[in-house]
Amino acid sequence: MWKWLHPYAKGEATYRLLGLWQPWLTGLALAFVSVGLVWGLFYAPPDYQQGDSYRIIFIHVPSAMFSMGAYTGMAIAALIALVWQIRTAEWAIAAIAPVGATLTFVALFTGAVWGKPMWGTWWEWDARLTSQLILLFLYIGVLALYYAFNDARTGAKAAAILALVGVINVPIIHFSVYWWNSLHQGATITKFEKPSMPPEMLIPLLISIAGFLFLTAALITQRLRNEILKQELHRPWAMAKLGVEANDGV
Amino acid sequence: MAFDSWQEVIWMGGYGFYVWLAFGISILAIAILVVHGLLTRKKLAQLAVKKQQQQQRIARRKQQERHRSMVTNDSTS
Amino acid sequence: MNRASSWQLMTTIMRRDLAVALRRRSDVINPLLFVVIVVTLFPLAVGPGPDILGRIATGVIWVAALLSSLLGSERLFRDDFLDGNLEQMVLSPAPLPLLAFGKVVVHWLLSGLPLVILAPVCALLLKLPFAAWGTLMLTLLVGTPMLSAMTAVGAALTVSLGRGGALLSLLLLPLFIPLLIFAAAAVESTLVGTSAYGQVLLLAGLMLLTLTLAPLAVAAAIRVSVN
Repeated sequence: MWKWLHPYAKGEATYRLLGLWQPWLTGLALAFVSVGLVWGLFYAPPDYQQGDSYRIIFIHVPSAMFSMGAYTGMAIAALIALVWQIRTAEWAIAAIAPVGATLTFVALFTGAVWGKPMWGTWWEWDARLTSQLILLFLYIGVLALYYAFNDARTGAKAAAILALVGVINVPIIHFSVYWWNSLHQGATITKFEKPSMPPEMLIPLLISIAGFLFLTAALITQRLRNEILKQELHRPWAMAKLGVEANDGV
Repeated sequence: MAFDSWQEVIWMGGYGFYVWLAFGISILAIAILVVHGLLTRKKLAQLAVKKQQQQQRIARRKQQERHRSMVTNDSTS
Repeated sequence: MNRASSWQLMTTIMRRDLAVALRRRSDVINPLLFVVIVVTLFPLAVGPGPDILGRIATGVIWVAALLSSLLGSERLFRDDFLDGNLEQMVLSPAPLPLLAFGKVVVHWLLSGLPLVILAPVCALLLKLPFAAWGTLMLTLLVGTPMLSAMTAVGAALTVSLGRGGALLSLLLLPLFIPLLIFAAAAVESTLVGTSAYGQVLLLAGLMLLTLTLAPLAVAAAIRVSVN
C-alpha cells in the first residue's frame, strides 16, 4: 500500500488524481444536492408540529454533519503533515479549512433562522449552536495562522499543530458546552427530538446528506488543486497545466 | 407535491421568509466559495503568464549579453 | 545526556527565567493591575448593587484572568527567540518538552499564582458572597496552570511572527472555554449550596491532561518556529 500511496506525496500526481475525481464529484454533488433540496422543499410533506419551517433541516443537518467531518479530515491531514512531513497533506489543511468554515457558517445561519420561528429568537445559547460557533472560531484560527507567516511551510506546520490541539479540545468543548447548557437553561426550549422520521422526510434528507458529502469533497478537491498549483508554480508541470509553456530559463 | 400553487410554495405556511432566507444565504455562501476558487485559479493562470514572460525576458537578455560579449571580444582581439 | 543533567538544565533555565522576570517587575505586575482595573470597571458599568455584582463576580474575575494571561504571553518565548536561546534549547540534548514544561511552570509562578493570591481582593470588590471565596481560589489554583500551558502553546506557535498579539487571542480564547465553564459552574454550585467537588475534580483532570500534552505541543511548535 505504501508503494501505491507514495507518489501522492508529490504535488503533480495528486493534482492528476484529483483532476480525475473532480468532474465526478462535482456532477454527483450537483445531482444529489438538487434532488435532495427540491424534494425536501417541494415534495416532502409538512411536519405536523412545525409546519413548513422544518424544511430548513435539509440544509441544516447535512452542513452541520460535514462541518464537523471536515474538521476531523483536517486534523488527520495535520497529523500526516506533521508525522510524515508530506507537503500535500499540509496543503490539504489550507484546502479544507475554508470549506469547513463555510459549512459551519451555513449550519449556524440556518440554525439561527430556524430558531426564530421555533424558539422565538434568532440566537439561543443552545448547546449545539454554541459549539458550532466555537468550531467556527477554531476554523478561523487555523486559517489565520496558516496565512500569518511569510514562509508558507512554517505557516502550514503551525496550523497543523493548532488543528491537532483543536481536535483534542473539540470533544472537551462540546461536552462542557452541553453540560453548561443543561445547567443554565430553563425549560423554555422544547427540544424536538422525534422518535423516528417518516420515510417521506427521511429519504430526501439522506439524499441531501449524500449530496453534501459529495459537495464537500468537490469543494475540497477544487481548493486543493489550486493550492498545489500555487505552491508548485515554479515547476514546469504546473506552468504547463495553467496553459503556459515553461522554458526553464535556460 | 406538498403544495397546490406557487404562492403556497413561496408562503410556506407562514414560514416562507425563514425557509427562503436560510436556503438563499446557504446557497449564496457556497456559491461565493466556488467563485472564489475559480477566481484563484484564474489569478494563478495570470501569474503563470507573467512568470513565463519574465523568464523569457531573462533568457533574451542573457542571450543578448552573450552576443555582445562575443562582439566585444572580437573587437578587442 | 542522562536524566539528571536534563533535570539540571531545566532548573537552570527556570532559575534564569525567574531572575530575569524579577528584574523586570513591571511585566509581572502589569497583568495583575489589569485584572484589578477590569474588575473595578464592572461595578461602574452595571451598578454597585450586590445582587447583580455577586452574580457576575465569578464570570468577571475569570474572564479578566483569561484576558490577562494573554497580555504577557507574547513575551513568553520572544526574548529567547530573539537572542537565540530557543535555538540552543532545541539543539540541547535535553528533551525539549521537559524544558518547555519548565518554562510553563515559571510562567505560572509569575502570572497564575499571584492571580490566586489576588482573587480575594477581586471577590471583595465584586461583593462575591464569602462562602464562595474558597471555591473561587481553588478553581483559580487548578485552572491557571492550564492557562499557562495553553498560552505557552499559542506563544510558541506565534513567536516567529513580529506581531502575534491579536492572532494569539484568536487562537487561544476558544480553547479556554471549557475552563471558563467548569470554573464558573464550580463557584455557582457553591453559591447555591451544593458541593463543588465534582467540577473542581473535573478541572483538575483537565489540568493534568493539559500539563501532560501541552509541553509536547509547545516543543513541536518551537521546532517549527525556530526551523
